[in-house]
This record gives sequence, structure tokens and C-alpha cells, in this order.
Amino acid sequence: MSKILIIADHDNGSAKKITLNTIDFAKQLIAKRGGSFDIAVIGSGVAGVAAALTGHGAGAVHLAEHADLAHPLAQGFAKVVADLAKAVGADVVAMSASSLGKDALPRVAVRLQAGMASDVIGIGDAGGSVAYRRPMWAGNLVGDVVIDTPVHVVTVRSSAFDAIAASGGASPVQSFAADPGSSRAKFVRFDGTQSSRPDLGEATVVVAGGRGLKDRFGAITEPLADLLNGAIGASRAAVDDGFAPNDYQIGQTGKVVAPQLYFAIAISGAVQHLAGMKNSKVIVAINKNADEPIFKVADYGLVADAFTAVPELVSKIKALRS
Amino acid sequence: MKILVSAKRVSDPNAKLAISGDGKWVEGDVEYVMNYFCENAIECALALAEEHGDVETVALGIGDSDETGRFVRQGALARGIDRGIVVSADEGTIDSDLIARVYQKIVEKESPDLVLIGKQSVDGDSNQVGQLLAEYLDWPQATFASKVELKGDQVEVTREVDGGLEVVSLSLPCVITADLRLNEPRFASLAGIMKAKKKPLDEYELDDLDLGDAAPKVRIAKMTTPSGRKSGVLVKDVDDLVAKLRGEARVI
Repeated sequence: MSKILIIADHDNGSAKKITLNTIDFAKQLIAKRGGSFDIAVIGSGVAGVAAALTGHGAGAVHLAEHADLAHPLAQGFAKVVADLAKAVGADVVAMSASSLGKDALPRVAVRLQAGMASDVIGIGDAGGSVAYRRPMWAGNLVGDVVIDTPVHVVTVRSSAFDAIAASGGASPVQSFAADPGSSRAKFVRFDGTQSSRPDLGEATVVVAGGRGLKDRFGAITEPLADLLNGAIGASRAAVDDGFAPNDYQIGQTGKVVAPQLYFAIAISGAVQHLAGMKNSKVIVAINKNADEPIFKVADYGLVADAFTAVPELVSKIKALRS
Repeated sequence: MKILVSAKRVSDPNAKLAISGDGKWVEGDVEYVMNYFCENAIECALALAEEHGDVETVALGIGDSDETGRFVRQGALARGIDRGIVVSADEGTIDSDLIARVYQKIVEKESPDLVLIGKQSVDGDSNQVGQLLAEYLDWPQATFASKVELKGDQVEVTREVDGGLEVVSLSLPCVITADLRLNEPRFASLAGIMKAKKKPLDEYELDDLDLGDAAPKVRIAKMTTPSGRKSGVLVKDVDDLVAKLRGEARVI
């Protein structure tokens, strides 16, 4: 029997959809091991987030608020998570492999003397123990890892789990006295990427561009993304060269996405990029070089100059719809 | 000031990998490269030393002893790091937690002001060691750094996070993990390679470090190769693409 504590991802205003993928992970784990799950909402002024998560079948939604958690830093956030996990007797602590999840959960593991599995994509079995399935070597290999400590800490790759709909019921919201303690780290500022498009991790269509688009990166990718209500992504090379902001990067070291439809435009398809998108449902590659490895994973490949093919694609989809 | 920096060798994820006979790691007969993120950490340490002077830089490699020593010399000392430390350990069974505890013991011996670690190793891809170490030491951390500025006993770090860039300020000592856009790692010069041969390299066994319980907390039960994606078709032009996306894939 497991008692899973899910740490919600939110923006201090509403829960992020990736929290629902983590709930799916918890439900799959419960199907194997039995048990129940609670949700923790940790932040400042987040009662609304907690209230919005009461319909998913959690035993309780724990509301842990503190002014210092408005911009949570790993050290204080991890202390609150660990304190809460101890208070509720959790033996599994799970959070999305978001920036904050990756930043803070290892510290939670130390506090709980727990082993940790990062970026889990599935749950397997190893001689009667639960094995957490996770990508290694940029997803070229998959490891089934067993955690040998009583408490397990896990980050979950959202794209490998479903964002489950509310199941009804009304979990009680319980306040927890959060104490992030003191730290020699201070938040200075956040420079957000301005975008009205869907979040990269949540979009059903992703339009990704490579370095070859140069300073016309936006001019080529944006009309197609806007037309299909898609998010924009980029190869590492395009980000390194400053044509796209850092949080657009898709790949082993950036975001991992699995949308219904993925456009790889002027992207060669390096191993580390494929690691971030090869589980997309339908992949379209547009590249003028027919030898690029991206064509090996694409469902539909078009050997063409992106500067002319993409605008033509936009106008033809528009024509079809009108 | 003293900086401790990570120098981990990894089997190249771009090379063809084969799973070992026991199914728990990769075959030893593979290409090894310096972990990309460690190269960024090493470059950051060297740049801080050049900018501020009076900085001692020390590289730590953990792994199969001879090869790890060679990587520390070639990848770190030849680039300009002052000296190296190698802790010998089985790369197939040591987990992130035990690596962090080895770092902790080396930090206790060396008392660095700053520990710079690659944000993840591109073999295991766990992205844990810097964070685990910071908690073991009860130090502040800044992960996924794309900019590091030393200002007296404070260090201001720009972090690559979901949705943009976060700037944090930490007081020393602290742990920083390096992301790819932190810098462009330099190559070792011929003079650097010659000098590296004479630089000190301390070697330890795990048993020398007084780790207490040296058991890993996490083990790999089995590794598998994910089923590949089968390649699709080339379309002849944009009209063909639109027709297939609409008629066959039904996604537009």
C-alpha cells in the first residue's frame, strides 16, 4: 500500500495541466501497488489552486502557503515538501519533471533519505518490486530502476502520461503550516518569454524550427503555429544562435514533447533533438537536404526549401478551411 | 578562492550503444567523451579564475580509475584546471546519491567556495547530483545556469527555467549546475596538454572516504532498447503533404 504525495505545478494563479499527468502516474502506481494519493499545493496565495484540484480523487489537498514561496527556490521548497511528506506519512513523493521539480526534488530525496528516479515514463516490475521506467542516453536506452529505500522520490515526464479529467468527489483542503526556513539564496527577478500561444508541453500541435531559419525564425514558424493553435519550439542550434528563446528548446536537455502533430522545419534531427520529440503522434519534416536524419523518424517528409514551402503550406491549409 | 568542478566521462550518446550481457549497463567497448555539461562547468571555472585571479581550480572525476584519470587530465587539467582528484568507483552501479556523497566528502577535505557541476550527465540523464550535494551540505544552489557573475562573496546566476530566465543571488559557498548556454568550452592547447602531464592528480578509493554506508539507493534492474519509429514516406510537394495530413493522418 502506497501513500503518494503529488506536488502540484502551478503559476501561483492556477494549476498547470502537467499536474494532471502526474495524477495519472499516481493512479497507475496505485493500480500496481494499491494505496491512495494526496496533492500538495505549495506557494503563496494559492488557495484557488488547491480548490481547483479537489475533484480528482485525492485523499486530501494540502495547502501550504508562505510569503517566501511566491518565487520558490529549491532549498526552502524542498524543506516544505519533505516536512509535509513526513507529516502525512507519504512513501512516494512525485512531481512533474518541470524546472522546479528537477530543481527541488533531489533535495527532498536527501531530506527523506530516499532514492530518486528522474523523468519517469512508465511503471514496470522487477522481481516483485516496482520498477520506474526512465529514458537514458538521450532516450536511446530505457532503464527500469528499482529504488531500495522505504521512501521513493520521483519526477514524472508529463508527455508519457495522460492529463486526466476530474473524476468528481470533493477532497478536503487541509492547511499545512509551511516553514521554508532560511537560505543564502535570494530571488532577484524573472524574465518571462512573452507568448499568447499554448504552452509547449501542453500543445497538441508543435511547430519547431532549426538554425537554418536564421532571423526569419519567427516569420516562418509563427503563421503556421497561429493557424493550427500550436506552440513554437526550436532546435538547440537555433536557441544557441539566438534565433529563439531558451525555453523553446526541444530535446534531451530541453523540453520533451509528444503532440498530435509535430513540424520539424529546417531541423536536421540530431540524437539530442530526437530525444525530445520522437514520441509525437505524427511528425512532419521539411528540410531541403534529403539526407538529414530527421527524415528517418518523420511520417511525412518534404524535401523543400522551408522559406517557400512553409508559407505555401499555410496558405493551402487556409484555402482548405475557407 | 577555490572552485571544485566536475569532470565526468560518458559513453557517447551519439554512438551506437549495446546493452551489456547482464542487461544492466552498456558494453564497455564504446566511445567515451567528456560530459558536455561538465565542459561548460570547467569553462566557467576557468573564466572565473581568469577574471578574478587568486582562484584555485580543482576537477573531480568519479569512475573506473585509469580511464577517469586520463579524462580528468585531458578534459580538465589540459584546459587549465590546476589539479585533479579521481575517486575510483564502478560506473555501472554507483547512483546519483552515492556520487553526491563522494562529492560531499571531497568538499569536506577541500573546502571549496564554489562547486560547479554539469547539470546532468548525458548517459544516465538523471539531473540530480548538484541538487543532492547542495542539500547534503545545506548550501544554496542555482541549477541550469546560463550566466554566472561573481560579485564579492555573492554570485548572481541566470537560470534557464520553464517560461523564461530566472535570476537568483547566492552567497558563497554554494553549488551551481551548468547548462549549455553558459559558455563555449575552449579546446586544450598543446602547451596545456604538456603541462597537464605534470599537474597533481590525487586518487582515492571509495573506502578511503569514510562514507559510512556506501550502498547505492537506486539500481538498474534492466535496460532495454526502445522500439524504433518506422520511417514514413516522402511527399512530392506541399499539395501532397496537405492531402495526406488531412486525408490519411486526419490532423488538420
